[in-house]
Amino acid sequence: MVLRLIERTGVLLVSLAVSSVLVFAFMAVLPGDPARVALGVNASDQAVAELRRQFGLDRPLTTQYVDWLGGLLHGDLGTSYVSKAEIGPQVFDRLQVTLWLVVAGMIIALLVAVPAGTVMAARHRKVSGLALSTVSQLGVAVPAFLAGILLIMVFAVKLGWLPANGWTPPAQDPAMFLKQLILPALALGLVQGAVLTRYVRSAVLDVLREDYLRTARAKGLRPFPALWRHGLRNAAVPVVTVLGLQLATLLIGAVVVERVFVIPGLGSLLLDGVSNRDLLLVQDVVMVLVIAVLLVNFLVDLLYVALDPRLRVGSR
Amino acid sequence: MRRLNPSLVAGAVIVGIIVVMALVSFVWTPYDATFVDPSIRLAKPSWEHWFGTDKFGRDVLSQIMVGSRTTLFVGVVAVGVAAVIGVPLGILSAMVRRWPSEFIMRANDLLLAFPALLLAIMFGAVFGASTLTAMIAIGIASVPSFARVIRSGALQVMRTEYVLAARAAGRQPWPIAVRHVLPNVTSLITVQASVSFAIAVLAEAALSFLGFGTPPPTPSWGRMLQESQEFLFSAPRLAIFPGVAIAIAVLGFNLLGDGLRDRFDPKLEDRR
Repeated sequence: MVLRLIERTGVLLVSLAVSSVLVFAFMAVLPGDPARVALGVNASDQAVAELRRQFGLDRPLTTQYVDWLGGLLHGDLGTSYVSKAEIGPQVFDRLQVTLWLVVAGMIIALLVAVPAGTVMAARHRKVSGLALSTVSQLGVAVPAFLAGILLIMVFAVKLGWLPANGWTPPAQDPAMFLKQLILPALALGLVQGAVLTRYVRSAVLDVLREDYLRTARAKGLRPFPALWRHGLRNAAVPVVTVLGLQLATLLIGAVVVERVFVIPGLGSLLLDGVSNRDLLLVQDVVMVLVIAVLLVNFLVDLLYVALDPRLRVGSR
Repeated sequence: MRRLNPSLVAGAVIVGIIVVMALVSFVWTPYDATFVDPSIRLAKPSWEHWFGTDKFGRDVLSQIMVGSRTTLFVGVVAVGVAAVIGVPLGILSAMVRRWPSEFIMRANDLLLAFPALLLAIMFGAVFGASTLTAMIAIGIASVPSFARVIRSGALQVMRTEYVLAARAAGRQPWPIAVRHVLPNVTSLITVQASVSFAIAVLAEAALSFLGFGTPPPTPSWGRMLQESQEFLFSAPRLAIFPGVAIAIAVLGFNLLGDGLRDRFDPKLEDRR
């Protein structure tokens, strides 16, 4: 168990280091000159040279990388080349907004997928199971931003129950916060729920074929209580893997959904950074998203062990 | 005779229709998809314009037809990029010793931290948004899943007796990879290509929606959706038509992938 923890931590640290090099190299080496990009092609050479000096872009790339990484480790993401504002506080504020969205989306996905997937597996040869399978197949085909547009059309335009877009911080007006969160969270959660449902179904079907479940049934337990008491924890291991991958998908999917619902999250910050040609901001936001994805994968790895004691014996 | 697999048939029919629509659009569309006519802007569906017109008076059906070309083109190139890199990587990591293999797969896993959308936005920030950057980004982001799936198949092939016999006969790794391993993982490549195609369609639509995909005036379903957003109150059909087109295309490729998987490995059929 401890060995596995050390090994996974090592993998995480190496992955973080390599991805930071990749992100930095991609943004710093390939495009040529971030100062020129920030100021535009018509800027004078003098203005470009001044901006390069001001932000230390005239130093060797290795020094710039070490400085950037050092700042990153201390939570200092540098100063925007374009707005000259500190990037760290902006990223932190926007990340909170995106996390609300992602967590709410994930809760909805789980609330949809676990019951629906279990019923689909338990009734996989019956009409109700097949109907749910068809619905989930259709759900998988709908991208989150399309689901968002459809939800706006129904619940905001036609019925007028919920606001079509906007964002209010929870501390400012909790009721409005919830109202504005529902549609974007549903857009993210329903689509991910449809994907997750298929994995839950497959995992539960596997468990249903196991001897211990047959034994539980032979003891007189009815199908659903048997599944609840003996099956779900076993079915959870493969589902958690997918859940981890999906959390990463949700994080990135939020970028598009934020655009649909005009939510000031990390995705909007990233897109604004691109349109303003603010390369350091883009580099920082990309790195924060990559760190989030790697951290989620790391936590999923640890969660396996918590869920499946067989993995604690040392074999991978 | 073997029973026809419903997923395979449904998927093949849907994909077939999209391919035919794309091919037909090269020689015929009801109107020029990029022709602007302000006098008929936002026209409702009619005999003249079956799906109506958009805010510039362009025929929506013609745009949907030409948009299918964009979708298929991006999908083919992205899946091609993923297969050209992912298949050799997967086979290589199955054939080399433990440490190099581990290294390849770790590097592969690292790539998973860069999803298609993020890569494409990075590419767009650096090189400017275009169909090419979108295709390459989606392709690179699909490499890890290709490599992983092909590796698992190649590992099985490497344990077969005919490969052992070839190795015992002194054959070099390269001919073994080309003559024995590759032909035996083609079914996996086909399935993965279909699944990746569905993902590419979704990613292209999302990127065009964000303005990082195909630039105007070339019609693209994702951008049609993005342009429809300001008319959700007055002309919701503008979102419906491209939205349904995207969903049907993804459904078709997903069904085709499922169907092919069942066809190549009938044991799995019951699991779906």
